[in-house]
Amino acid sequence: MKFLLLLLLFSSSAVLANSRVIGTGGVTSIEGSAGGGIVPWAVINGYHSTDEWSANSFISRVSVDDFTLNSAGVGVGLNNRWELSYARQQFKLDTIGGQLRQDIVGVKYRLTGELLYTAMPQISIGAQYKRHLDFDLPAAVGARSRDGVDLYLAASKVWLDAIAGRNLLLNATVRATKANQTGLLGFGSDDSNGYKLMFESSAALLLTHHLAVGVEFKQKPNQLAFADEQHWRDIFVAWFINRNLSVTAAYTDLGSIAGLSSQQGWYLSLEGSW
Amino acid sequence: MKLWKLMVLLFCGSGLLACSSQPTPSLYQQLGGESGIAAITDGLLHQIEHDPLIVNHFRDTDIPRFRDLLAEQLCELSGGPCVYSGATMEESHTGLNLTTRDFDRLVNHLITVMQQRDIPYSAQNRLLALLAPMYSEVVER
Ligand code: HEM
Repeated sequence: MKFLLLLLLFSSSAVLANSRVIGTGGVTSIEGSAGGGIVPWAVINGYHSTDEWSANSFISRVSVDDFTLNSAGVGVGLNNRWELSYARQQFKLDTIGGQLRQDIVGVKYRLTGELLYTAMPQISIGAQYKRHLDFDLPAAVGARSRDGVDLYLAASKVWLDAIAGRNLLLNATVRATKANQTGLLGFGSDDSNGYKLMFESSAALLLTHHLAVGVEFKQKPNQLAFADEQHWRDIFVAWFINRNLSVTAAYTDLGSIAGLSSQQGWYLSLEGSW
Repeated sequence: MKLWKLMVLLFCGSGLLACSSQPTPSLYQQLGGESGIAAITDGLLHQIEHDPLIVNHFRDTDIPRFRDLLAEQLCELSGGPCVYSGATMEESHTGLNLTTRDFDRLVNHLITVMQQRDIPYSAQNRLLALLAPMYSEVVER
């Protein structure tokens, strides 16, 4: 929070405004960072451009066979350069019983590139500090730590007029993480406490100024002995109603979670931006 | 497996990847030829005039000359029968200290005008794809 205030102070000339082209903020991922639904992209949230800032908030739900993940959060972006975010996740164990919650504080910095304009992709680095709020269960199944920091490097680029006159967005993200099931099952394990490098990617085609369809893939480590962890994937439709409101729906496959295999279902997210 | 099928359905079902056998009309034609481009240019000038955040950049500009040169440039870019006679993008924008925000706003104004004129989405993107590379010649010069 202090950091955020400092940022705003240092750039007191920045105004609350939305000069960027619609869709260029992506949507807010379940971790609170701008991106797709499960992958953080190099884009900065909202539609503010240079000398501007914007705020956004989101609420989302993923309902798969035996679990429900509710996420909600807020974020601010500055100068199309900095992104700060906070999200709370509640993972309900519908079949097993109980819930697992974690807080995620994220920061992202755009290093170079302009998503729409430069040949160089837009490249950003980011960090997500995650802290578990119900660590007893993850500890019982072998997780080592209650909190962890994910670091990532993301590259995103839009090719205008790429396929049948439509614009194509491709994103690749490399993430260093210790998280089990993105942190919902804690960090590290009894016999491993090192960072693992994971690859994540998304592709989206903008069918109109307001509608995008795409796919995502998220590689995941598999560290806990008690149950297999698998990669995540989804296929999504995002509707950018205007610069203030977007809705994303996805069909998602989260693989095996805590011994319950083939977790598939729907993802729905509502996002506001100012 | 299920997911994969859905993907294929969505992309193919939308018909986007289906090959159409008709030759695509030139971008110049899609923008409405000489009169269409004149209207887009005038629409853009109207948008600029009503945007207090960028209009200041144009306070010393000879507007009729700028209008003609912009129309000429859009005509040439889109494959029309014109030869652009103005200065290079670098020359004409150096010293204006334009920001990414100025560029973003102009792009949005252009999209608004093209939407108003019912220019097909694909033609809009074709034009934007030709303009986007000029970003680095125009901004922060
Ligand atoms: C790809 C984007 C752009 C294109 C194709 C473009 C095109 C042009 C053209 C053809 C001229 C006339 C050149 C000449 O005088 O010989 C011009 C001048 C000018 N442009 Fe741009 N422009 C672009 C972006 C911008 C942006 C973002 C702004 C600011 C918001 C801007 C502000 C100006 C101004 C103020 C002049 C007149 C300078 C003078 O008075 O000499 N341009 N532009």
